[in-house]
Amino acid sequence: MTTRVGVVTFPGSLDDRDARRAVRLAGAEPVALWHRDKDLHQVDAVVLPGGFSYGDYLRCGAISRFSPVMETVIEQARAGMPVLGICNGFQVLCESHLLPGALTRNDSLHFICRDQKLRIENNGTAWTRDYAAGQEIVVPLKNGEGRFVADERVLDELEAEGRVVARYLDVNPNGSYRDIAGITNAAGNVVGLMPHPEHAVEPLTGPTTEGLGFFTSVLKQLVNA
Amino acid sequence: MSLDTVKNAEQTPDAAQPWAELGLKQDEYARIREILGRRPTGAELAMYSVMWSEHCSYKSSKVHLKQFGEKKPETDAMLVGIGENAGVVDVGQGYAVTFKVESHNHPSYIEPYQGAATGIGGIVRDILAMGARPVAVMDPLRFGAADHPDTRRVLPGIVAGIGGYGNCLGLPNIGGEVVFDSCYQGNPLVNALCVGVMKHEDIHLAQASGAGNKVILYGARTGGDGIGGVSVLASETFDDSKPAKRPAVQVGDPFQEKLLIECTLEIFGEKLVKGIQDLGGAGLSCATSELASAGSGGMRIDLDTVHLRDHTLSPEEILMSESQERMCAIVEPDKVARFLEICEKWDVIANVIGEVTDGERLEIYWHGELVVDVPPRTVAHEGPTYQRPFARPSWQDALQADAPTAERLARPTTGEGLKADLLKVASHPNQASKSWITDQYDRYVLGNTVLSHGEDSGMIRIDDETNLGVSVATDGNGRFTKLDPYTGAQLALAEAYRNVAAGGAKPLAVSDCLNFGSPEDPDVMWQFAEATRGLADACLTLGTPVTGGNVSLYNQTGEVAIHPTPVVAVLGVIDDVTRRTPVAFAEEGQLLYLLGDTADELGGSAWSQAVHEHLGGLPPKVDLERERLLGEILISGSRDGMIDAAHDLSDGGLGQALVESCLKGGRGARIVVPEGLDPFVFLFSESAGRAVVAVPRSEELRFNDMCTARGLPATRIGVVDGDTLDVQGQFTVSLAELKDAHTGVIEALLG
Amino acid sequence: MARVVVDVMLKPEILDPQGQAVQRALPRLGFTGIADVRQGKRFELELEGPVDDAALARIREAAETFLANTVIEDFTVRVEEEGK
Repeated sequence: MTTRVGVVTFPGSLDDRDARRAVRLAGAEPVALWHRDKDLHQVDAVVLPGGFSYGDYLRCGAISRFSPVMETVIEQARAGMPVLGICNGFQVLCESHLLPGALTRNDSLHFICRDQKLRIENNGTAWTRDYAAGQEIVVPLKNGEGRFVADERVLDELEAEGRVVARYLDVNPNGSYRDIAGITNAAGNVVGLMPHPEHAVEPLTGPTTEGLGFFTSVLKQLVNA
Repeated sequence: MSLDTVKNAEQTPDAAQPWAELGLKQDEYARIREILGRRPTGAELAMYSVMWSEHCSYKSSKVHLKQFGEKKPETDAMLVGIGENAGVVDVGQGYAVTFKVESHNHPSYIEPYQGAATGIGGIVRDILAMGARPVAVMDPLRFGAADHPDTRRVLPGIVAGIGGYGNCLGLPNIGGEVVFDSCYQGNPLVNALCVGVMKHEDIHLAQASGAGNKVILYGARTGGDGIGGVSVLASETFDDSKPAKRPAVQVGDPFQEKLLIECTLEIFGEKLVKGIQDLGGAGLSCATSELASAGSGGMRIDLDTVHLRDHTLSPEEILMSESQERMCAIVEPDKVARFLEICEKWDVIANVIGEVTDGERLEIYWHGELVVDVPPRTVAHEGPTYQRPFARPSWQDALQADAPTAERLARPTTGEGLKADLLKVASHPNQASKSWITDQYDRYVLGNTVLSHGEDSGMIRIDDETNLGVSVATDGNGRFTKLDPYTGAQLALAEAYRNVAAGGAKPLAVSDCLNFGSPEDPDVMWQFAEATRGLADACLTLGTPVTGGNVSLYNQTGEVAIHPTPVVAVLGVIDDVTRRTPVAFAEEGQLLYLLGDTADELGGSAWSQAVHEHLGGLPPKVDLERERLLGEILISGSRDGMIDAAHDLSDGGLGQALVESCLKGGRGARIVVPEGLDPFVFLFSESAGRAVVAVPRSEELRFNDMCTARGLPATRIGVVDGDTLDVQGQFTVSLAELKDAHTGVIEALLG
Repeated sequence: MARVVVDVMLKPEILDPQGQAVQRALPRLGFTGIADVRQGKRFELELEGPVDDAALARIREAAETFLANTVIEDFTVRVEEEGK
């Protein structure tokens, strides 16, 4: 049986098609999920894609977090289902309190789109097991509110527990505390990532294909589970 | 409060009307009375005044624009031509592509962020209205001097607005231009281009046919946006209980537009629409009159059913409102329920506001009273036509006589001098890296971007399976056009055509945005007449029809007009995007060839601007047959694997092209000045019809044979090598030094 | 130190997409009975010196030219009382 990975479309989601393409290229079956539908249609994992759900109005992710589909996603995530939030999806995960901290306006105050070097700090999560620990990858980054912030205690805890999944290298593009690009929950099934691995899955359109690992990782995780 | 109904207009023929304040001429007002056989109502007067404005009726320009139809080249590619929201081109495999470039100049000067944002919104809806999914945007921009304080106000806002709106729609921004020149100080040019893709059978048109079919207005609620001018009317017929001043500025809501796009595409997918029109300038007046005018029969509208954001709006204001993110569709009665259901799914407000009738009039009701009763064609299509006087400016000869000869402008004569000028050109804001600007735009979304900023053209894949793709380049050189409008317009086309071919795509069609000063000035009108004549002639020769576009006049401050600035967009098709040619020199040891002929042509050049702040002489000559041949070589070379990199030569000439290709690939080049060529002319001339290409050694013979057989001059000028740009016998400059000069310039001035 | 508050709101006739999005979301979360929402910005300015007419005039000027975009926004200036 093929692994089914759901990709949620909120009003204003933009990278949902790209995320589905990445899922397909990784060898899984992409399933489109609709924000108003609580039913996850028997998917094995969920991607919350990038975009500007609800226009990023109020706060990024703040309105989406209350959509019907999120009720089920939150419940399933707590039960161990792999969930990856990319960019706006990361913001939704923070607003949902599945992940600590928050994402705020870039320190440059500008939207930024660039090819970003990252270091995979934790290759033990559901979404990073195909990477080597410490592996350096380049994937696109594009955000206006991607600055990860949390209080010192939370940051220390994340560091101590190895829950920083990826860190910016060379350039910290948005002023994130401790160069944090992505984090995970304690169980390692929920990952939030500001850069966009789904845009680095084909040599033709991406700077590299080094983003594909996030999607192949979850496949392995599920097959082995 | 009194309502000016048709009945009232008939009974009070002598009531004074503010036609002059609404911008109508006496004879135009008389013509309206003649058409209607009575005085117009306030609502009718508002409709005619806005639809007969320069902006909507093209009354000064249309006698010249006719040439684009008259001189249209024979082509099978054109599926929908001028006159619709945008032209549609056949790109093969059952796909059709629509594209259009449009201006939003004046609003962007008043409120840079919102002006630029709503400019994107408007062009995207034009593309959507053709039945296409919008897939990419581009922004050709012109600003005043980069170091002028007002540029600091205008540019960051415009760039943020383009990014803020376009990024939020999920449309990759894949190219465009940023040009600085003090002539644009009080009149920045904000042009916006959108590309859309559909299958042939999905093409939709703006027409209302079939009596009994419903008219549905959907999208954002209607507020008092952009109706400043019409307030004259409102203030006479209404009390003081409303906001004192109507906003001239429209605020865009990209989130609403994103929903509108997805909702509309789902509606198209279920074939629920007979005709569709977006609401842009002149809002509902324009949409209803154009839909009715292009269809068979008439239309009846009940304005009371329009969803309002501001309940104090008068019928005139509702008709004029330019609230953004709205569309108007013609739907058969049995499909209305499903249409509304899809709107509900996407949280889009939708309302039946009227129906198509079997009459011949556009009738609009308010509170049950008839307030508009007009033949729609007279509003939408039969506006006035002006034969504005034009004459060659008295200063034109002197300008052309002031040629940048070696005597007039000092030219570098030593290697160090050449190097210094190369760095001056590369670090001038016009040639410097624009990444600070373009990095504020999302170029990755949708996952189909093959070439984007910093390349000669923007290219996207339109089919994942077959790798079919399209590319677009926009170009325009106001300096060349000022020196000679006929040639300048042709050079804009030639450059865009060349840029598309350099990427490996075959140029198919053109869209243009003609930015000029006041048509009431015979000098400007001459520039306009010459530029359109030049462009139409060149389109005929190159076989690329103009499919649509827009004219922006009155770009001037006081008596001083901007440089005449026709911006030309060329669309091309490429069967296999994996064969695309980038500009970067990426392979050590590849051979560099200069294609085309280099003459001493420095008039209007980047060098004359960057080094001497000079504008005079004649622009480079145009040889369109040569452009076509060069294009064919570039396309064949790309398809057959003979060319690994190509960069068109334009602003800054060969020197600038080498700087860009070296920096982009992170590799240097060893260059030999060909015998018989002056090193300065070799590096800085802007002769048209040229490109530099990188050829793998294994392909050299085949490539040379092709050029010889086709009669295209190809000169081997060097090799990709090392980490310096080494012009042998002249100078050597390291990539680090080039990078230092070329990057960081814009952010230092504007960041 | 004295505090002056500048509230900046979109003019009533200008579309407020943010406010509309929030208003549409409220009933879905069970917060009914709210007819309209408009979202604005609040600036808190701590003054070094006393809040006199001259200082307020300068702040109004700052609000007019900088804090607010008066093409589309209105602003109000008020002095925050001690102890509040």
